[in-house]
Amino acid sequence: MLTLTPVETEALLLSLRVGLVGTVCSLPLALLVAWLLARRRFVGEQLLNGLVHLPLVLPPVVVGFALLVLFGRHGPIGAWLDSTFGFTVAFNWKGAALASAVMGFPLMARAMRLSLEAVDRRLEAAARTLGASRWRVFWTITLPLMSPGILTGAILGFARSVGEFGATITFVSNIPGETQTLPLALYAFTQVPGGDPPAFRLCVIAVIVAMAALLASEIVARRLDKRIRGVP
Amino acid sequence: MIEVDVEATLGDFALAAKFLAPSAGITALFGRSGAGKTSIVNALAGLLTPARGRIAVRDEVLFDSERRINLPPNRRRLGYIFQEGRLFPHYSVKGNLLYGAKRIDAGTFDRIVTLLGLGDLLRRRPGDLSGGEKQRVAIGRAILAEPRLLLMDEPLAALDAARKEEILPFIAALRGALDIPVVYVSHAMDEVIRLADTLVLVDAGKIAATGTVEALTSRIDLRPLTGRFEAGAVIRTILRGHDKAYGLSELAFPGGRLRVPHIDLPLGTPLRLRIHARDVVLASAPPSGLSIRNAFAGRVIEISPDNGPLVDLRLDIGTPAEPVMLWARVTQRALADLRLTVGSPVHALVKTVALERPSPGGGRGVTEAHEAI
Repeated sequence: MLTLTPVETEALLLSLRVGLVGTVCSLPLALLVAWLLARRRFVGEQLLNGLVHLPLVLPPVVVGFALLVLFGRHGPIGAWLDSTFGFTVAFNWKGAALASAVMGFPLMARAMRLSLEAVDRRLEAAARTLGASRWRVFWTITLPLMSPGILTGAILGFARSVGEFGATITFVSNIPGETQTLPLALYAFTQVPGGDPPAFRLCVIAVIVAMAALLASEIVARRLDKRIRGVP
Repeated sequence: MIEVDVEATLGDFALAAKFLAPSAGITALFGRSGAGKTSIVNALAGLLTPARGRIAVRDEVLFDSERRINLPPNRRRLGYIFQEGRLFPHYSVKGNLLYGAKRIDAGTFDRIVTLLGLGDLLRRRPGDLSGGEKQRVAIGRAILAEPRLLLMDEPLAALDAARKEEILPFIAALRGALDIPVVYVSHAMDEVIRLADTLVLVDAGKIAATGTVEALTSRIDLRPLTGRFEAGAVIRTILRGHDKAYGLSELAFPGGRLRVPHIDLPLGTPLRLRIHARDVVLASAPPSGLSIRNAFAGRVIEISPDNGPLVDLRLDIGTPAEPVMLWARVTQRALADLRLTVGSPVHALVKTVALERPSPGGGRGVTEAHEAI
């Protein structure tokens, strides 16, 4: 039977927190970007598209370093956040959440965009003729119909967040209890002699978390799909 | 009035449609596929913004390019019934019906649900409705949004013949039960004749003619648009008598009476008939020794300038005050043998009539072909 050591518990809970906060906070932004890319034609559309996908193709270390430069205590955004709100992301779990959110963002925005493009615009037009404003159409027709895509995007983003390593360790270092998420703890164990057995245990935990997330998303997606299609 | 004057360019298709239609009864936009009927309806609904023009319904301006008026679709209050239904799959039937209903009371809701026979469907999802049921829900949904005008874009086109017969009576019933004008897009002449009061002929993005169904279907010059093989005149009659002994009914029109097998409707019911050109036989003298009893004296008004073996003639079998137009299709050979020219007196023998539906103001719809007696 697998009983977790305090170190493992800490790393697991931190990973989940980082993943959840990162996913939830970036969800509205990902939705906005997905909507812009799917529905709007504007100057700089390709630029935005490229920017969103950049973390997917860049080495994570590059993303982590860029975050460090921008959001570090002396970086332009970091310094402003600190002086204005007394809020800092440097070397704490919020920074880890930011790093993992940035890395998970492309997957999330992409899944949402695809599902939004699949929404039948003729249904939206029908809703308009029934007296619904654009806003009401979005909430009552568009959003429910793309909900499976939102869910898929969120799960993908969350899984990516939990597993994020390179950007996190570059941006907020590897501080036990603060920024040492599951992969970072695993990495730390592999760097010390005799660390292989605990590293292996963390591997198993990572696999269980990932499988659970995938299974949960599959079940919820099926239910949503049934609701949308209206098949009993 | 429904006032439409729109110009738009859609790809390499130019739409320049202008017509006036009464804001009562059913106005049919009739034309071939791709003639621009749907674009006109979309412009009315606000789903397509014309480059130039003006759209007004019952004196309310919905669009005016000069005055920069362009009401968004949700503020036009036009109910739109689409060819494919477009029900919201994630709502129940009841949810769909209530989507656009803002001030509907329970009584009105029940009345519409009963009128359209939706009572047993309310809890179902669009996914497990038949095509005909979906279309009935779509009609109910549009009506419950309390539109000032209903737009129907080929609501029957996606249905098979049996489903069409399921829906047609409901549409016909709407005109009696509700005072909502309807713009009905169709490329099927039988639907138009059965339902419409006003006919707007659409051809290649333009309006070819506007008028009553009777007037336009009797014009030989419009025949390429109104349909060659189904060609026939539409005449208005009133059910005037029943002959119980022989099981016959008499339909009166200015200039005569048609006898048909018994029609189970009260005397005085207005009925619209369609008489196909191919079902009219001509004779130069009053016929005798024939089984056909429906023979009417008239005059040739027009002869179509055709080169083929068949030729269409327009006849007037009415009175000088109230002309009644009829078409007859004969061979060139017969035309020559009978020495028929414009103005010639002629006798028209009617073999078969199609009862389309009661004329405006009448009761329920009927469609059956009758051998005339």
